[in-house]
Amino acid sequence: MNPAHEGRAGLAAVFVSVVQRDLLLAVRRRADVLTSFFFFIIVVSLFPLGVGPEPNTLREIAPGVVWVAALLASMLALQRLLASDYADGTLEQLALSAQPLTLLVLAKILAHWLVTGIPLVLIAPLLGLQFDLPVEGLVAMTAGLLLGTPVLSLVGAIGAALTLGVRGAGGLVALLVLPLYIPVLIFGAGAVSAAVSGQSVEGHMSLLAAFLLFSLAAAPWASAAAIRIAVE
Amino acid sequence: MELNIWRFASPQVIYPIAGRMVPVFMALAALFTLAGLYIAFFVAPTDFQQGESYRIIFIHVPAAWMSMLIYLVMAFWCAVGMIMNTRLSFMMALALAPTGAFMTFIALWTGALWGKPTWGTWWVWDARLTSELILLFLYVGFMSLHAAIDDVRRADRAAGLLALVGVVNVPIIYFSVQWWNTLHQGASVSLTRAPSMASTMLAGMLVMTIAAWMYGIAMSLMRLRTIVLEREADSDWVQELFASPACGAKA
Repeated sequence: MNPAHEGRAGLAAVFVSVVQRDLLLAVRRRADVLTSFFFFIIVVSLFPLGVGPEPNTLREIAPGVVWVAALLASMLALQRLLASDYADGTLEQLALSAQPLTLLVLAKILAHWLVTGIPLVLIAPLLGLQFDLPVEGLVAMTAGLLLGTPVLSLVGAIGAALTLGVRGAGGLVALLVLPLYIPVLIFGAGAVSAAVSGQSVEGHMSLLAAFLLFSLAAAPWASAAAIRIAVE
Repeated sequence: MELNIWRFASPQVIYPIAGRMVPVFMALAALFTLAGLYIAFFVAPTDFQQGESYRIIFIHVPAAWMSMLIYLVMAFWCAVGMIMNTRLSFMMALALAPTGAFMTFIALWTGALWGKPTWGTWWVWDARLTSELILLFLYVGFMSLHAAIDDVRRADRAAGLLALVGVVNVPIIYFSVQWWNTLHQGASVSLTRAPSMASTMLAGMLVMTIAAWMYGIAMSLMRLRTIVLEREADSDWVQELFASPACGAKA
């Protein structure tokens, strides 16, 4: 086996092992994962109580409510993406390792999305039903969340990395990350509204996919730069 | 003799230069403000649709332009700082941020004051208003992140990275908000003015923009001087400056 090929195999192996490690940690600390999941459900459930049980109103606000709740839940989950690894020195070891930090960060983001993003995608149709959304709306919501939640994890990772070990990191991360989430919110919720009113969702989905590709290319790199600033 | 521009990357060199530039730019700002306000109130004609209330445009539009320009300049200095590893670039970015946030706030505030008599409402979720509000959030985020990190070097670089991430996102956010607005059937009121604008109105606006620009430079340089003093407080030249009988006044 030539060295170049060996190097590539090593990279893939490292990527997989980082994903496995983070998933294992998530399984061991189930309560952490469930917190943001139930936070999502509770926030969505609060709106009918605040706005009133009128089905027409609920149908109208459902896309926005579910998406805003997804934004908040995803932001809440960012606390666990890097903070504990930063506290126990793992992040520093990752930064020092021979493998590119960008790729390792991407592996961590992937694992994070699998345990925090996927549950939101899966539970969203059920919450949509509570808001009396028609089937087209539920499909658009699930598809939109499937494309949008990875963007939230990717962009959020930059905010999480910038606020590592910083005073009041929780509130600060909201201030940094939520404005950057706005495009995803607009087109995610817009897709559901369009689907409900019988319009095509292709444009919305294409833009969400474009955000995903762009953030996939740029966000791990920016997060890695932010981690280097933090562990320097 | 070749001019060495790197000399100006030194806080010690820039401190007295900035000190001499501040009064110049303050005077220019005052001059242009007086000229601009004169045009605004006495030369520019009354708008046939909006009456006298449109005159707030002479504050509103320059502030909105400056708010965007300052963010770009701030991100530029952050990029220079990250690439060249120059301390002064980050100080410059930090000095610009409050002025930029201030301009954004003025633009929003005067927009609300203008909206009330013209549209009958303080606020509409128009694309431009919304993106200006988001710009304010970006400024606040930059300043908060910098303030939250105690290690100055780390704070500089982290906030610098945030400014660069923000500048990449500004067009995405802007177009998202614009498309969102059109998707929502458009607002019932439009910001688009009558196409023919009296040339004196335009002149007044440009003069006021120069005034805002000069003011922005003067304020940023004043803030830069205090940041330089704060960070270099332990250095010999600052000690010397404040040990002299004039107590720094000579600079």
